[in-house]
This record gives sequence, C-alpha cells and structure tokens, in this order.
Amino acid sequence: MISSSNLSFRYPQGPMLVFPDVEVQQGAVLLLSGPSGCGKSTWLALVAGLVAPTAGTLTVAGQPLNALKSVAIDAWRSGAIGLLPQRLHLSAALTVYQNLALAQWAAGQPEDAARIQAALQALGVHNLAARKPSQLSGGQAQRVALARAVLLQPQVLLADEPTASLDDAAAADAVGLLLSTAKAQNATLVIATHDARVAALLGEVGICKIRLQPPSDGAMPL
Amino acid sequence: MKTLAFSWRYLWSRPLGAALNVLLLGLGLGSITFLLLVGHQISQAFSRDLAGIDAVVGAKGSPMHLILSGVLHVDVPPGNVPLQAVQALRQHPLVAQVIPISLGDTVQGFRIVGTEHDYLQLYQAQLAQGAMWDKPLQVVLGATAAAKLGATPGSQFDGSHGLGGGAGGAGGGGHVHGGSHYTVVGILAPSGSVLDRLVLTGLVSVWQVHGHADADEDMHNDKDDGDHGEHHHDSDKAHDANKRNPATAREVTMALVRYKTPLAAVSFPRFVNTSTPMQAAAPAVEVTRLLHMLGLGTDVLRAFAAVLLVTAGLSVFIALWSAVRERQGDLALLRMLGAPPRKIAALLLCEAAWLGLLAAALGLLLGQGFAAALGWFLQLDHSLLIGGMVWPPELAVVPALALGVSLGAALLPAWGAYRVSVLELLHTR
Repeated sequence: MISSSNLSFRYPQGPMLVFPDVEVQQGAVLLLSGPSGCGKSTWLALVAGLVAPTAGTLTVAGQPLNALKSVAIDAWRSGAIGLLPQRLHLSAALTVYQNLALAQWAAGQPEDAARIQAALQALGVHNLAARKPSQLSGGQAQRVALARAVLLQPQVLLADEPTASLDDAAAADAVGLLLSTAKAQNATLVIATHDARVAALLGEVGICKIRLQPPSDGAMPL
Repeated sequence: MKTLAFSWRYLWSRPLGAALNVLLLGLGLGSITFLLLVGHQISQAFSRDLAGIDAVVGAKGSPMHLILSGVLHVDVPPGNVPLQAVQALRQHPLVAQVIPISLGDTVQGFRIVGTEHDYLQLYQAQLAQGAMWDKPLQVVLGATAAAKLGATPGSQFDGSHGLGGGAGGAGGGGHVHGGSHYTVVGILAPSGSVLDRLVLTGLVSVWQVHGHADADEDMHNDKDDGDHGEHHHDSDKAHDANKRNPATAREVTMALVRYKTPLAAVSFPRFVNTSTPMQAAAPAVEVTRLLHMLGLGTDVLRAFAAVLLVTAGLSVFIALWSAVRERQGDLALLRMLGAPPRKIAALLLCEAAWLGLLAAALGLLLGQGFAAALGWFLQLDHSLLIGGMVWPPELAVVPALALGVSLGAALLPAWGAYRVSVLELLHTR
C-alpha cells in the first residue's frame, strides 16, 4: 500500500511540487498521468525513497519513509520496491541470467538460480537466459527487465513510461504484462505515464488515477 | 566473490580497451621486472664470484680490466706479470693466500685457465665426475663448459690461441695449438659461479702449450693473419711473453689474493702499487664503480618504465572514467536494487584490480622473457650468467606496483560511481 498526506518537494532553485494525497491498497493499481514535467518521476522517486519530501508524510509498503535513515532506506528499497525504468538498463556485459543474478547481488542476496529461472519463466523468457541484451528484441528486453524488477518480490512495482515508443499492440502487451505480473505477486502497481493510451488500456474498474499538473509558475522539475 | 566475477565480466565488456590497457601497463611492469631481474642476477653473480678475493694483482693498466678479466672472466687482462713477483707476495705478512692465474687460450670460446687447486676451493667447487688434474695438459671442466663442449672424462681437444672478443668470442680465439692435446680428467658439479664456464688446468699446462707453440708458430702465421682481428693485443702480449721466456722467467696473468686481516686493504694495495712493477685492484671497489656506471644506464631504463607506468595509469583512469559515465544508468539501477554506494565503488575498484593483476602477470612474463633473451645472448658470448625464470623476492614489488597504479587510477572513477545519483534512472529518457 501507499499512503501520502500533504506531500511536497522542492528541488534546489526549483519550483515547489505539491502532490495530492494518495491512499492505494496493497495489490491495487495506480495510474499517475500528466504532461512531461508535472512531477511524475519525482513522485516515483519519493515513493522509492530516493529523495526525502520537503513536507508531508509518506508510507510505502507499511513503512513510514520519514523515519528511515538513508542506509536503512537502501536495504528497505531492495525488498519493497521494484522498478521498471523507461530505459531498461540491462547490462550489455552480462547475459540475461547474469543480469538477474546482478540484481540479487545488488540486494545483498545469494545467487538463487531457481528463483531467477522462475522469474524468467513467469515472463516467458526463460529460453533467453544465455543471451546478451543486444540479442533481444525490444519486447523481450522489456520482459527481462520486468523479470528483474519482480525478482526480489517487491510489494510495490513502479513502471516509468512503460509504453513510450511502443506501437499500440506492443503497448497493450506491455500493460497487460504489468497487470498480470503485479497481480501474480500481489504487488501494488504504479504506472507513471503521459501516454493517454494507458488509461484506456487499464479501463475504469479498480484503478486509482491521479493526474498531476505542472507547477503554476511554469518551471519544469528535472 | 560475486563482486570479482561481475567486475571481470564488466572489464571484458570492452575487450579491445581492456587488452590495450593490460598491454600498456604490462610493458611498463615488464621493463621494471627486467631491470629487477638483471640487477639481482648481476649483483648475485658479482657477490658469488668475488667471494673470498680481497685483491687482484696483475700488470699495470686499468684496474677494472684486471677484475673483469681475472675474476669475472668477461674482459681481456692488461698484460702479464713475473711469476717470481707473484710468489714473493706469499711472503707478505698481511697475505693469507695467493692464487696465480694464467690466461691466454680458449676452447670453443670457453677460457682455459691455468691455476692451482686452491682456485677451485675458493668457490667450494665439487667434482661431479673424474678427478682433479695432476699432470700437464690435464683439464677439469666447469659444468656449463662440459655440457656445451659435450665432453666427458677422457675427451681430448686442442686449445685456440687468444681470448677472443673480450669474453672469449663465439668462435674462441685464433689459431689452434696443434700437437698439444688437452685431456679432460674431471667435470665439476654446477656451482652457479664463474667456474661453470671455465676450463681449468695447471699453470704448467699453459706454459707447456705456449712453449710448444714456438715450434709451430711459423706454420700458423698465414692463418693467424686471417683471424688476428679477434686477438686482443694485451692477451697476445701475455701469450707471447710466456712463449719467449724460459722456465726461470715464467709469467702469469695475475694473482688472486686473500688477506689475513681486513686492515691489509689499507696498506697492501699501496705496497704493490709503489714497490713492485704490478698493480693491485680491490674487487669491491671496482665492482662498486662498475655498478655505478651500469646504474646510469638502468636509471634511464627505470625512468622510461616510469613514464610507461604513468601513461598506463592515465589510460586506466580514462577507461574507468568513461566506463562510469557510460554505465551511470546501470550503476544507478544497482543502487535502486539496494546496493549501497560502497558496493558500487567496490565493483569499479575490483575491475581496476583485475586490470592490475593481469598486467602484473603479463609484466612478469615479459620481464622474464626479456631477461631470458638477454641471458641467451650473453650465453652465446660465454659471459655473465643472466637468464629468465628467476624469482627473487624483489619481484613482489611488481604486482604491488600494478595494483597501486591501477587502483590509484580508479580512485576518482570509483568516487564518481560511489556518488552516482539514482534519480538519473528516472530522469533518463
């Protein structure tokens, strides 16, 4: 679950971003939309504990983030948050399997081959385990990145612009994949996008939607 | 362990760049390895071959020639001295031992040294086969000389006139002393000293060969003219003097002297230099002078190696700095996945450590290869015993230097990796 109240953030010499209060239950889906520069990425960074709010309270996966020190947040994040970034950042030096093993290493966990295979199997890319990212199609790479994001069984799955530069069919496939994966893991899914197609793909039922607006002074956050 | 494994894979994700960095660093380290190996072996050879010899007495001339020719056997002697004058030194109250040495001939480039049995005891030489010489024209071969000549006890050969190109020369000296067959009676066990590459016999043998040579000298004149360029005038003088003088005025090339007391080092050389027609040279002094002269050359090589290392360090720095910039997003993702900053920095430092270790291995191999090549070249010349596959403790400095350079070059990139912002991940489109 995600719960925020009076949340705001100001970049140094930047505009103050004020976010609406949010209450999302575990396993639910939140669509965060709005034009570029309205603060979607900043909101994701706040939820992931990457930056601290200027004001307000934020609780993610049952953990009040204001109470955590930065070192503890690193450890918390590895178990609580999964991220599917817009640029997938699969390491070109490693195979698909090794990219997932790297995620376990980063989280301080021992390499668990069975779990890696299971994650790849769930996303239908287990037969690509020995390939390098350069040998994958765009869709295959996104599936591998999603397998990496859910490998550590996070309670919250953040997807940043998952349909950018995809055609309609691929976008529908990506959204469907995110929904099914989050559901299978009972993870809260947050999709941040400026792509209007995503709202249509998600439909209306059981979806929490927040539309952010750019700051009133017109200055764009990072 | 996984950090090492992942950093290894990251390193080879840019194989050409990694290989070039390893090669560049390896060349610098190879030069240093070579200098260390040669320095160590020369120092070992000098201390081994000079052991127990306090002074070398011979004809007036360059004292360094005297030491190089009489102790290390890598140069020609300045001339001959009367045997009687050398024997008189035995009466000197500060002298414990005098070992006369007579040079002049070679066999296939290996020097034939006329001396006494005490010369072998000086190096604690052991016989591997046969016995010591006890008659004229009997020889005992050093281990290397025996192996190269393919000689065994009972083998016979003729000596060639002259010491050749300063260190024996590849083909030995000039004309063959016909009619004076040396017979091998013993072969020494390898000692690692200068004895290994000598042919040892009694003083009488040298006098007998050169006395005998009188008769057939004219027969060789034509051939002598042909290859006389290989003879050094000084060694010829030594040779000719023995030939001219009757037994009562016999000469030797030099004498190795051991003192009764270290105090003799002050007065004995002065006594010889002022009261006799000979000169006394102190091996320790001359070798120090020689090492100093060699040191000027090695300083240049060392500076060259240092420039190579600094260049390699810069190259490693640029490679790792670019790697951090290229992988900023990947590193940020690792932070996102929970890796603390020190773990990210450690990944980069391990990559640098791999570079350093590979370069150290390559540098050691190159250095050993260079030293082996030099050793092969010098062996052809029957000169100093330098070679590869020697592992003195000083070589530990090579991997230490490799790690120092590579990790030093990685510090700033690692700091960049340490500070990588996870926000990059969300703001990179």
